Amino acid sequence: MTLASTATTGAPSGQRPQLVIDKVFKQFGVGPGAVTAVDHVSFDVKPGEFVSVIGPSGCGKSTLFNIIGGLLDEYEGDVLIERERIAGPHKAVGMVFQEESTFPWRNVIDNVAFPLELQGVNKSERLDRAHHFIDLVGLKGFERLMPSALSGGMRQRVSIARTLVSQPQILLMDEPFAALDEQTRLLLGDKITQIQQDLNQTTLLITHNLTEAVQLSDRIVVMTYRPGKVKRIVDIDLPRPRSSDVVSSDAFGHYVAEIWADLREEASRGMADSESARRGGSRG
Amino acid sequence: MASPSFSQSRAFPILLGASTFIGAFVALEVLLRYGVVNKYVVPLPSQVLMSLERIVVEENIVGRMRDTAWEMFVSCIAVIVLGVPMGALLYRWQPLRRALLDWVAALAAAPLVLAFPLFLVIFGRSATTVIVMSVITGLAPIVIKTTEGLLGVRSVLINVGRSLKMTDAQMLRMILLPAALPVIFSGIRLSWTFVLISVVGIEFLINLGGLGQLINDLAERYDLPGTYGAIGFVILVSVIFFMLLERVESWLRPAR
Repeated sequence: MTLASTATTGAPSGQRPQLVIDKVFKQFGVGPGAVTAVDHVSFDVKPGEFVSVIGPSGCGKSTLFNIIGGLLDEYEGDVLIERERIAGPHKAVGMVFQEESTFPWRNVIDNVAFPLELQGVNKSERLDRAHHFIDLVGLKGFERLMPSALSGGMRQRVSIARTLVSQPQILLMDEPFAALDEQTRLLLGDKITQIQQDLNQTTLLITHNLTEAVQLSDRIVVMTYRPGKVKRIVDIDLPRPRSSDVVSSDAFGHYVAEIWADLREEASRGMADSESARRGGSRG
Repeated sequence: MASPSFSQSRAFPILLGASTFIGAFVALEVLLRYGVVNKYVVPLPSQVLMSLERIVVEENIVGRMRDTAWEMFVSCIAVIVLGVPMGALLYRWQPLRRALLDWVAALAAAPLVLAFPLFLVIFGRSATTVIVMSVITGLAPIVIKTTEGLLGVRSVLINVGRSLKMTDAQMLRMILLPAALPVIFSGIRLSWTFVLISVVGIEFLINLGGLGQLINDLAERYDLPGTYGAIGFVILVSVIFFMLLERVESWLRPAR
């Protein structure tokens, strides 16, 4: 899919994209054993928009996350932020990782204030700003606790606050709720929606969770199983402000069913592939 | 049996430790008095206890403890100052790590104390010999554990640092070292154990300075209670060092 075609997907029109992913291609290894993780993927994200990339395991989502975040250098194609090609991590992008990423040797407020410490912001200002974002993610009163005293969901909120505190133009999240239970996931989804709306935060979420993607997104990029290509881009026309209550609506169910129809085929291919690899492994 | 609330109190472990020590002391006394253990090899604990006053008054124990503690202190600080950067270097530079790590591990197992005549020739019969030999003896565990700790830092923490565009120096100081600290501290503990043994052992061998020399003197005079009493002072110095290390560790590593 080209950039021109993504422009017709119903994303907010008349605005220049803030983030453009243009024909990104990434292959691991060389020769016959090479694996194409991402195959000429193109889409864009407009300012204030919430876009999710969804696909089965092994479709190259995390590779794409690392490329957009500047953690993977060698790839073909372009990732542009405000029309500037990125080379390495970009200051406009704030990343939230799938794995637990709080610093266990720092308490909540020192974790959140960490990026400001790196920027040389003076202590009183960085504590003020950290307090604001801790409040925003609903962790007021937990500032002095160490991460080990928090639940998984709370620790992930600390990571989100730490990313937001430096006020990135683009929030990039890689399955941030993957390790959480369904109820916590829905409630955190509410929190993310609220923050995204309050800050008008441009957000790109990488996920394999269908309900999460529909609950949060303005658009969903559906990826194919290996090699990861854009299969379809779906506009989610659900009312905003949005909360987890939306999951009980007919429209929500319709979107889930529609996207699942696309994903099912890809997920089945992925499952068949992994089963045959396992069978081959057991024979060998 | 202690009630659950008492067993969870702060005094309980102290009382349990003290009563275990006293129990072992009494048991040994009984075994010696009934001839189960040979009195000419192991002195009566009560005699060891009574010898303490004598070795404090007659053998300048304070000065000797100060000498031994000073050699230990210098050696312990030196193994950290040298070992942590060496471990960080092996972490950072893979070819060097592949070339040297096995050699460093071999160094940890080598009986370096047997090389004391060589060090005597180089540094003379002085505290420098004790310190240099002890540092070399204690270096390997801290180098290995620092490398191991840094290699074990979760990649997501490194990615957080990279996403924040941290420099290599910032990454080392603010992410890698704090994350690796628990493993580095286990290396420090091992290294310090090697150092403490080495300091006293070399003092004993070259008959110089602090408590090691005193143990040598008392053993040669066949003053067994005094010898064991002096060993008690070595243990006291070790306890003080490891208590200090615990303090430093709990200061650097708040509850994780």
